[in-house]
Order: sequence, then C-alpha cells, then structure tokens
Amino acid sequence: MFGLKPLRSMNNAARGSLLGIEQLDAKQILSLLTLARRMNPLKPRPLLRGKRVLLLFYEASTRTRSSFEIAAKSLGAMTTLVLSSGSSIEKGESLLDTGYTLRAVGADVMVIRHPNAGAPLLMATHLDIPVINAGDGMHEHPTQALLDAYTILRHKKTLKGLQMAIVGDIFHSRVARSAIHLLSKFGAHITLCGPPEFLPEVAASLAPDLHISRTVEDAVRGADAIMVLRVQRERLAGTKLRLQDYISRYQMTLARLKLAKRDAIVMHPGPIIRGLEITWEVADCPQSVIVEEVHNGVPVRMAILAKALGKAT
Amino acid sequence: MAHDKSKSASLLIKGGRVIDPSARLDALMDVFLRDGRVAEVAAPNKIRSAADKTFDARGLIVAPGFIDLHVHLREPGQSYKESVATGTAAAAAGGFTSVCCMPNTSPVVDSPEWVAWIQQPERGAVVNVFPIAAATHASKGAVLTDFGALQRAGAVAVSDDGRPILNDIIMRDTLRAASGLNLPVIQHAEDTRMTENCSMNEGPTSFRLGLRGMKTAAEASVVERDIQLAQQFTGARLHVAHLSTADALKAVRRGKRGKARVSCEVTPHHFSLTDADVGDYNTNFKMNPPLRSSADREAILVALADGTIDAIATDHAPHATHEKIVEFERALFGITGLETALGLAITRLHRDHKIPLARIVELFTAGPARVVDLRGKGTLARGSHADVTIFDPRKRWNFEAAKSRSKSHNSPFDGWQLTGKVVATIVSGKIVYRAD
Repeated sequence: MFGLKPLRSMNNAARGSLLGIEQLDAKQILSLLTLARRMNPLKPRPLLRGKRVLLLFYEASTRTRSSFEIAAKSLGAMTTLVLSSGSSIEKGESLLDTGYTLRAVGADVMVIRHPNAGAPLLMATHLDIPVINAGDGMHEHPTQALLDAYTILRHKKTLKGLQMAIVGDIFHSRVARSAIHLLSKFGAHITLCGPPEFLPEVAASLAPDLHISRTVEDAVRGADAIMVLRVQRERLAGTKLRLQDYISRYQMTLARLKLAKRDAIVMHPGPIIRGLEITWEVADCPQSVIVEEVHNGVPVRMAILAKALGKAT
Repeated sequence: MAHDKSKSASLLIKGGRVIDPSARLDALMDVFLRDGRVAEVAAPNKIRSAADKTFDARGLIVAPGFIDLHVHLREPGQSYKESVATGTAAAAAGGFTSVCCMPNTSPVVDSPEWVAWIQQPERGAVVNVFPIAAATHASKGAVLTDFGALQRAGAVAVSDDGRPILNDIIMRDTLRAASGLNLPVIQHAEDTRMTENCSMNEGPTSFRLGLRGMKTAAEASVVERDIQLAQQFTGARLHVAHLSTADALKAVRRGKRGKARVSCEVTPHHFSLTDADVGDYNTNFKMNPPLRSSADREAILVALADGTIDAIATDHAPHATHEKIVEFERALFGITGLETALGLAITRLHRDHKIPLARIVELFTAGPARVVDLRGKGTLARGSHADVTIFDPRKRWNFEAAKSRSKSHNSPFDGWQLTGKVVATIVSGKIVYRAD
C-alpha cells in the first residue's frame, strides 16, 4: 500500500563504487582481500594504464592520500589531486558541481574524502564513474576497515570468533563504524570501550552482538586484537571528562596490554598521539602493527581501484 | 482579497455527508452558501432557496474549510522557493481555505507594514492568509515588536519560528505583552544550545549515519519552561508549534491539567514517519524538528486520538532543489506538506489507526480556529464564512511532487499512494480548487 520509494539509496550509486562496509556482504569483502594479496606495489602491474584517478580531498590526510596515490601509480594510472583549498570549492562551488567538473576533465574514478557524512554517496548517485569513499565525516572509512582486516588476517587465521577490543572515541570515528560493520559480518566478538561521551549506549545498535564496556581492563582481557582510536584534545574540551582522567582510565599501556592474549596485536588507524590514547612503549612494542597497517594500505587500495574499474583479475 | 467579487453568487452543496465538529454534526445534509456566508445547513432537499450553482457532493464529505496554522509562504524575499500565490494555490489543492504564514522571511515580518503587505491583493492569494508576526525585532530574540500594532494590521499571533526565544526574560515579557491583547504566542520549541550542528534525531539511525543527533530534551525542556512562564500571566496563550516528542506531550498534558492556556499542533510527517525513514541521507526527510523515534510517533498518535493535540499543521517549508541536493548536513531543514496533509491524515490516522473522520476534521478546522481565534471560520454555523472543504475519504491517488502547485518539490511523500483526496475547496463561496 505505502510504497516508500528510495530516492537516493546505495542501489542508485555508480557501478564499482565503494561507499561503505555496511552494504557489502562477506563474500564481496573476501574477494577484495584475496585480490589485495595478489597486489604488490614493488611489482607494478599496468592494469589501469591510461586511467585517470581523481583524488578529491576536502580534509587533511597523510596516509590515505599518499597510499591511494601510490596504489594508483603502481597500477599504471595517472592521478590528479584536488584539494578544497586552492580550488573553486573555496569560491563556493557545490559538491556536485565539483564532481561534474572533474568528470568532465576525464576522471575515470573518484576517490573522495569529505567532512560531511554521506558526501561520497551523493557524488556516486549523480556521477557515472565509480566513487570510492576515503572517509566521510563520522560515517565510514571503508578502505581503512579493509586494510585492517587484511592486517589482522596476516596475524590471525580467521576473523570468526576473534576477540576484538576497540578503545577510544568511537562516537566521532568513521574508522570504528566501518571496522565494526566488517568484523561483525565475519562473526568476531567485539567489545567497545570508552567513556559515555565517546561511546553512547546507542552504539550497540550498529551491529548484532556488540558489547560495551566502560573499563579498559575488562575490554582488553583475553583479546586477540586491540584497536586504539585517536582522541582529539578539542573534543575532550567539550565534555566533562578531563584529559588526565581519560589517560588514567583508558590509555593503552603495557600493563593493560598484558591482560590481552599473549599474541594479541595492537592496531591504530593513525595519526597516533603518543602519551594520550597510547603510550610510546605500546606504539613501538613488537605486538604493535600500526606501521604495518599503513604499509598494507597500498595493496588493499590497489585491489579496490582495480575492482572499481573492472580490472580485477 | 481575490474572492470578494464572487460574493453575490450562491452555491448549493447537495447530498454530501456534512461533518462539522464545531456543531457536533455528522449527517447527510445540504449546505447553502450565499454572499460569502453559510446561509443554511439543512436535511437533504429541504433548502428551498434558489442557487446560482449546485455542487453534487454525493458520496463525499463536506467539512468547514481547513485551516493550516503553520506554513512558510517565503514572501517577502524568498520567492524563488514559494510565493503567496503559489503557496496558497498548493493550500487550495490540499483543501486549506485559510493558512497562517510564518514571519521568518527576508526581511523578517516584524512590522505592521510587512503584515499588511502580505495581505495585499497584489500577492495573488487564492485562500485566506493570516500572517503571524515576529515576536522580536528581526527575530533576534532581544527587543519585542509592537504587538498591538501588528495585531491591528492583521497578525493573528506572534512567533520567532525557527529562532526560538530561549532567554527566560524575553519569553516572559513576550507572554505578558501578548496576554494583554489576547494574542497567542507560538514557540518553535528547541533549545538550540543543545542542537548545534545536529541534522536529525538522536538515535540508532543518526549513529549509523555518523550524524549528530538532536536530543528530545531540547524540545521538551523549552515546552516545560514556556508552560511555567505562561501560567504566571492570566490570559497568556502559548501554542507549541510542530510538537514532535513524547516528553513534550507530557508537558503539554500537565499544562492543560494545570489550567495553563496551552495548545499544540503536530505535522503529518511526524505522525507518518520516523527517523529510520531518513534511510541513506535522503534530504527530503530532513526537517526541524526532525523525524523522531517510533515511540515518539506512537505517543503522538495517542494524543491525536485523545484530544491532547489541538491541530494538524503542515509546517509547509518549500526549498529550491539546489538547497536540498547537497550534503545532508548542509541541506536546509524543511519539506512541503500542503497537498499531502489530508491524504496522510486519512491514510495513517483513520485507516491505519481508526481515528474517526470527525476527529480528523476537527484537527483541521475547529481545533486550529480556536488556537488563533479565527471567528466565523472552522465551522459551518449559519452566518460563518463560506469556506468549505469537500473531500472523498475513500479515493486512492498517487502524490507526484513534480505536479505540485508549490514552486518547490521537496516532499518525502513523492510517489506515495494515499487514501483520501480533496475534491473541491471553496473560499468565501467561490470554488478555488476542483480536482480533475
């Protein structure tokens, strides 16, 4: 009777787009991870020769931007970087008009990072080229979740039954949302940990079988993997929580890490703030895979770009 | 107004089921309109007077003309979104014979001159337009406007809609000044200090989408405070605009029990949709107050049935395409609503929730007429204005936003099949809308 017409759903997005983990099924994720294992930036493959990869960044980025660029070039593609500062975006050009313009100059695929949640979806429903979400507001960061899964699977046999602790500012984190979607699709046991300001109770509704803990010791006890999230000082300033209290209650220290499984890995999407959410010692300890995550970003993004342009072999 | 020239004509509406809640009337009756007034309502075939025209209303419901307490006609200054002419044409198509327009235009309607300007014949209104004037200069919440002068110019209420009056002293002064004039104060209840950068309701959907959510307390706390303030002044009349939360309803119920003169309206979208319908950033589901949880919606349905809610108002808020096809957080708040209100009320309230048609008609007529004291409107009593809405409660139809009479098409109900359709809208005895 009541036919709700989905006006702008993921279904209308340009073919090949990667907008979020939420809409992917486990099979699609596995196929990307399998493809990534065959990618090696040290052995370039000209799969995307002659293709133009447009990198549209409305926010600062070190890791994601450089790794997309190296991934694209390792596949023989050309890259063009457009930043919001120094472009017509500063003159008030709308997101879609910027998109139409970049399509018109010949972009074959667009990688977009944007401070507003849903911006890559808006672009993908109006353009006829694949759009890859490189982080949209507090929504999703799907390529980070894929490289995190890739990293975990280099150390652990399977994601199923994995004891995963995610600690820190989950509310503001697109990395957390994507990771939660991905890991829960494979049956990982996920415990979220943080103060209510950073981890509202409603977070448990994001995926089935999520647990919330306010005590970091409980969250990391017996964990196979611990993901520590960055805490921005300015966000603490808006809450009743004092910086020193956060550090004493939630900072990842060697003592807390000892509560996890002996072979547990420590992850962090970066940028890390040593001395705040994580100690120097933990960041550099043998269990830390923080640098490896960055390293793995390149083959994973090679796979994502190849898949987006239908060149996955 | 535009309809004055037709006053001499008479119209006999024959064979319809007349529902007039102001007279507790629900029966097959004929209605005779003459000289812009209701001349007679009588049992079928009992009216002897000769009519210039006859309207066959068999199988249809004949009701007092609908009144919408909350529309944005966007004039002066924003006629690219809507104008008095196009907005009232949409109103007529939705069965509304009177609309009250909000002052958050450009400039803000805060002077008698602008109140008069909106009502000038040059605006091309096809239904009655009753301006609501700003309560403070430029709706900045600092200096009260001249309520007496605004009322004499035709304002039926004061409101800083969209810019809620948060300062306790200013709100108290507003209620006190308005109470002396028997003028309702309409508040958009939102503590904007709690909703900064928020673009939808706080809940599982906002968390999933990574959008900052508005807490229901931002509405309820302002309603509670306003009711307390209103009780301090004899005669102060507070009207809560587009109420959307169960907590605010509780406050209104307490206020009504405590003899405060408080009334409230709800919109069709708040009784039809929930925040989950935002889906994947659909900006046609972005409005303020936002779509709420299903628990809030359930509470509204109960309050619509039990009489706590005084009126259905659309908060018709047209916006141009370029203001909506943008990032969700940057999209403007608001949706159109005039042409879908009755269909949603009948489909959702009557068909799905068994609320009697007479109660629905009351929410569109006698209820809103009482809120802003529109004498001789919202009723078919002899001598009242010949404003009549005729509708078919069983007719199924599809709403197509592109065919709307509004200049804007930002409706979440595009493509919806609705039950209940306006057949004719009569203002001062003249048919201003007739369905094809």
